Amino acid sequence: MPEPVVLRVTLNGEPRELSCLPGERLLDLLRGLGLTGVKEGCGEGECGACAVLLDGRLVNSCLVSALQADGATLLTIEGAGQDRELAAVQAAFAERGGVQCGICTPGMVLAAGALLKRSAQPAEEEIRRALAGNLCRCTGYVRVVDSVLAAAERLGPPDPSAQE
Amino acid sequence: MRGNAADLELRRPASLEEALELLAQDPELKVLAGGTELLVRHEDGSLGPARLLDLSALKELKQIRRVGDELEIGAGVCYADIQAHPDVIARLPLLVQAAEQTGARAIQERGTLGGNVANASPAADSVPVLLALGVGLLLRSRTAERRLPLDEFFLDYRRTALRPDELITALRLPLTPPPLQYFRKVGTRRAQAISKVALAAAGRWTARGLECRVALASVAPVPLRCRELEAFLAVEAGRGDWKERAARQLMDGLRPIDDIRSTAAYRRQVAGNLLLAFLRRAEAGRPGQDGR
Repeated sequence: MPEPVVLRVTLNGEPRELSCLPGERLLDLLRGLGLTGVKEGCGEGECGACAVLLDGRLVNSCLVSALQADGATLLTIEGAGQDRELAAVQAAFAERGGVQCGICTPGMVLAAGALLKRSAQPAEEEIRRALAGNLCRCTGYVRVVDSVLAAAERLGPPDPSAQE
Repeated sequence: MRGNAADLELRRPASLEEALELLAQDPELKVLAGGTELLVRHEDGSLGPARLLDLSALKELKQIRRVGDELEIGAGVCYADIQAHPDVIARLPLLVQAAEQTGARAIQERGTLGGNVANASPAADSVPVLLALGVGLLLRSRTAERRLPLDEFFLDYRRTALRPDELITALRLPLTPPPLQYFRKVGTRRAQAISKVALAAAGRWTARGLECRVALASVAPVPLRCRELEAFLAVEAGRGDWKERAARQLMDGLRPIDDIRSTAAYRRQVAGNLLLAFLRRAEAGRPGQDGR
């Protein structure tokens, strides 16, 4: 049995020291911490249910080794309320019926929030492309896309003071 | 979870030198780049117990810079960063297109060009484009560095010219590629699908014909550069029913397979159709053909 390894991350705004196995997936590490908004769907990077933001980048946590997150800033759906774009997307999903059973929702919200950070006023086609790796098996994508458009409209153009 | 976490040992060097040293000491190490292939194979159990050399912390491999008349793209640059780089956008739109069509966003944030090449899948999305653009690979071991044209890299199904102690460190692309460019990937859906067939081509008209490189994915055991077709186009393009003859020649020479994603017959036909689409575009872009 390999020895556990300690990694240091900023997780949903808090500095944390976490212990993991060298071959452990980021997905399992996060769920083991009680962050069950990180869902496992396919386990092979196809469905997007396990998405998290790693240093601001959308990743499927089933395809990231926990060790690869050492030193990184991680944001899961549980931390979405702290983030301007993610909070707006979350609210819009709730108001516009973008949520059905909820399994795909955390990944959808994170993917949409990541999109709005790089493109504040996306066209519908751009939204559909940004969410192409997030599969909903309940009903479809119309209300999801509507929700993202509504969030973008509410946020307005990018806040210049937020630029680095 | 099906893969066993205890089966994986993961080394995470902090510098390229350290990575090459580890590889020299233990050539059995499997190289982990973006993880979008290797970690899937760990998860489905087909990888088995393995010692991985994780390159994700190596900043040396994540740079894009101009070197003379070439653009050097580090082997660890991900598809998302390729799409956003001003030189790639301005000079290599074909590569932007390939990067946008590889997986979906979460895959594009992890998957790397170097990984796509080293993985040597016949269905690799970026590779036909890289072959069409005439890419050179920079390969490094602890003791030596060499440059190899990409079309000499793929030897057989999933077998490459990469030596056990070597890493792909960068790709060199021409900053001024030929003006006629084409890429089309055909899969089950537009996003996130593995291709049934993909074709990339880049070329220019000469006094004799069409000088170009044409490459295909998912029709052979390796990503395929079509040299016979290129030789035909170099002298026959523009003469009579040259487009149809070229497509027939390509289709006759292909030996694709039936598998879970498609059939041999479909792949052969679509490869011919994609070639015709490129050739029609090339014909429209021929100097003197638009009334000038």
